[in-house]
Amino acid sequence: MARVFIPFALRKLTDGVTEVRVSGGTLREVIDNLEEMYPGTKERIVENDAIKSGLAAVVGEQPTREGLRTKVGEDIEVHFIPHIAGGRAVARCGSGLGR
Amino acid sequence: MVSTQEYKVIGTRPIRHDGLDKVTGRAVYGADIKLPGMLYGDVLRSPHAHARIKSVDTSGAEAMDGVIAVMTSADMPEAGDKIVDLGEGEINLKYASNHIIASGKVNFKGHPVAAVAATSTNIAREAVRAIKVEYEVLPSAITVDEALADGAPIICEEMVGDDLGEEVKNTNMASHFRHEFGDLEKGFSEATTIVEHRYDLAMVHQGYIEPQNATAVWNEEGRIKVWVSTQGSFSTRTQIAGVLQIDESRINVVPLEIGGGFGGKIPIYLEPLAAILSKKSGGKPVRILMDRTDVFDATGPTPGGWVNVKMGVNDEGIITAAESDIRFDAGGFPGSPVGAAAMCVFSCYDIANTRIDGYDIIVNKPKTAAYRAPGSTHVAFATESVVDEICEKIGMDVVEFRLKNASKEGSRRADGPIFPLIGNVETLEASQASPHWQSELVRDGGNGKLRGRGIANGYWFNIGFKSSVNLSVNTDGTVMLVEGSTDIGGTRVSIAMQAAEVLGIPAEDVRPTVVDTDSVGYTDVTGGSRTCYATGYAAYNAAKSLITKLTTRAASIWDLSEDQIEFSEGKFASKSDPELSMTFKELASQLNDTGGPVNSTGAVDLENAGGSFATHIVDLEIDPETGKTDVVRYTTVQDVGTAIHPSYVEGQMQGGAVQGIGWALNEEYFMSDEGAMENASFLDYRMPTSLDLPEIETILVEVPNPVHPYGVRGVGETPIVPPVAAIANAIYDALGIRLRSAPMNPGRILVALKEKNG
Repeated sequence: MARVFIPFALRKLTDGVTEVRVSGGTLREVIDNLEEMYPGTKERIVENDAIKSGLAAVVGEQPTREGLRTKVGEDIEVHFIPHIAGGRAVARCGSGLGR
Repeated sequence: MVSTQEYKVIGTRPIRHDGLDKVTGRAVYGADIKLPGMLYGDVLRSPHAHARIKSVDTSGAEAMDGVIAVMTSADMPEAGDKIVDLGEGEINLKYASNHIIASGKVNFKGHPVAAVAATSTNIAREAVRAIKVEYEVLPSAITVDEALADGAPIICEEMVGDDLGEEVKNTNMASHFRHEFGDLEKGFSEATTIVEHRYDLAMVHQGYIEPQNATAVWNEEGRIKVWVSTQGSFSTRTQIAGVLQIDESRINVVPLEIGGGFGGKIPIYLEPLAAILSKKSGGKPVRILMDRTDVFDATGPTPGGWVNVKMGVNDEGIITAAESDIRFDAGGFPGSPVGAAAMCVFSCYDIANTRIDGYDIIVNKPKTAAYRAPGSTHVAFATESVVDEICEKIGMDVVEFRLKNASKEGSRRADGPIFPLIGNVETLEASQASPHWQSELVRDGGNGKLRGRGIANGYWFNIGFKSSVNLSVNTDGTVMLVEGSTDIGGTRVSIAMQAAEVLGIPAEDVRPTVVDTDSVGYTDVTGGSRTCYATGYAAYNAAKSLITKLTTRAASIWDLSEDQIEFSEGKFASKSDPELSMTFKELASQLNDTGGPVNSTGAVDLENAGGSFATHIVDLEIDPETGKTDVVRYTTVQDVGTAIHPSYVEGQMQGGAVQGIGWALNEEYFMSDEGAMENASFLDYRMPTSLDLPEIETILVEVPNPVHPYGVRGVGETPIVPPVAAIANAIYDALGIRLRSAPMNPGRILVALKEKNG
């Protein structure tokens, strides 16, 4: 199972839990299973069947370039990090992990 | 681990392929473009930092002889509220469109309001003066504290901010996020020494020598061709397509030579204006050039703002906790590099308990853009100054403290991910052993001048992303290399060298060309220190593919199967018959008789980049009478992975250090209370020149990047990270005064000396 680190902005949805083990062979499955465990998390991470703008999914050590299709290995770390690169323009109606 | 790998081409210093054109003036830049029937554009810019546009009357300009077209925001299509990925950062198309030409409101002085195309530059200039704009001037917010104060004027009224995941309206705070690991309170309770300070930085500009420019033709078939100085032809195409609501396939972007960018030439400014003016002129080409004042007023500098750092250490000198609050001014629209700053603020250290809050705040200043390791210099100023102060308090050597707490492979970065193989420790050790650090500082500079030495660390994460390269073999054994990465710092040669290494031929036999977006596959921006790494990787892949195809030709010639042939050191040879051997050049000469041309393509989209660390050492000499600071010795030490062309790696290290020195000592947007930059020329915005500085010494530490076939790491951005902090620490060493605001110019030094001495 993957080690999913819950971003600060989502911890209200996880009752303050900061790290959780989640099953799934792909990032999509991991996020779906996280949603099962903590309803409301998926809509804060996924939009239009992709990782939300203003957010990067890190699987292992680096931001993934394959989005929800990324393979997730056993014990691998998964992070969702707002504003990954420099020069980002965000905030249309909320940004990053906002609704 | 330091590299011991030996190469034939990599690590040598061939003359760059574009060098002759550059030094003879033959290289073509944006201002050189002249096309048949070309018109000259100019832009009317707001004199106010914050105002509502009540009316725009263009009739005076339209009536002038020689004026062919006039445009306002009414000529722009309605851009959707959609975010587009540019490779290094994203843009919201709605804000991008409003940024390019104001719609209803101006958010900063210099914000475009209208544009004209005329038969001469002078007529265009006169025509913009004939446009009448009625403004309702609004109160402005210039600093992050003003913008967040109660009752502050709201700059983007429709914006909904994001405060730790919750929506916020009527705010200038576009975003507030947090990274938190471990138990911060517990960590600080374990500390025996705690230091906390706030560090303020002024907005500064990249100061590239060539102003922005664009020439565009929008023809009768609805196709747009743009000649431009840009760091990314494809990202320019994407932005134009998004703002003008036109298919990317109908836009061809021709990247010209670029006179510097440093991150500032990723956003578009003039391109849509030139294209619309061209369309309104019946398809005539329209060229628009900025002058230096336009560049300062209306292109993207790096943010001002402040960084608060609190750090605690125990009796053993171990950092037990660290906390940071980072507030950046984004300029007139959302989007500062505060996210990148948060990734870097504690990255030189392995700290169990951390919390980082980042704020992206809109102010009435130019919309910020990337500038060389965006955000990292700001936070290094704070963190490395606090570390210096802690070392003094606990009586520990500044390098030993850094080594004791250094992040390394397996350490967790304070925003979450685990570090792969990095060269932080090796860089510190090389600094410790350097002739500069080992030398004795002569503290008396003569004539009452005082000397001090400072040291600081810095980190930049680098990026990978997408690149494409095409190779084709000529029958004389030379190879054409076609790429989409605009060449800012010598990447033509460094990419050609990586292909040459694979092919076993001299770098001079690979001819690199940077082409337009119609002529090569998608390539992300030259930014994020990615080009030598990612486009070099694409060239490596293309060269490997070329060898595979050429092996098939050799097999055909010798009537062998491919697996009976090996390629090594530039020669194809039979594994079993020593008589059968051909050099790359000999085989190339037989291509026409064995099936014709051999071409290949390499394309990558890289996740892993491999970050880079640097340590800078500086000796300063300060005149307490005038407050003037001179750099008397400066050494940069950096983990560069594998130096493909050491001269250009050294050049990047020196250039970054020089820009950081300017940032530390002199440069700033000096703003009036009304939000006007009052030093918008190179006479008043003082950047260091070669006359101001000594030779910048360089020490290259080579810890190969394990995810690149040649171990390449990006090197271009990290060198700007440590200088501001290193200089602040050196000033303290010289004067016993800790300056916590940049620039640390003569005025600030004199005021601080007066406060200290009474």
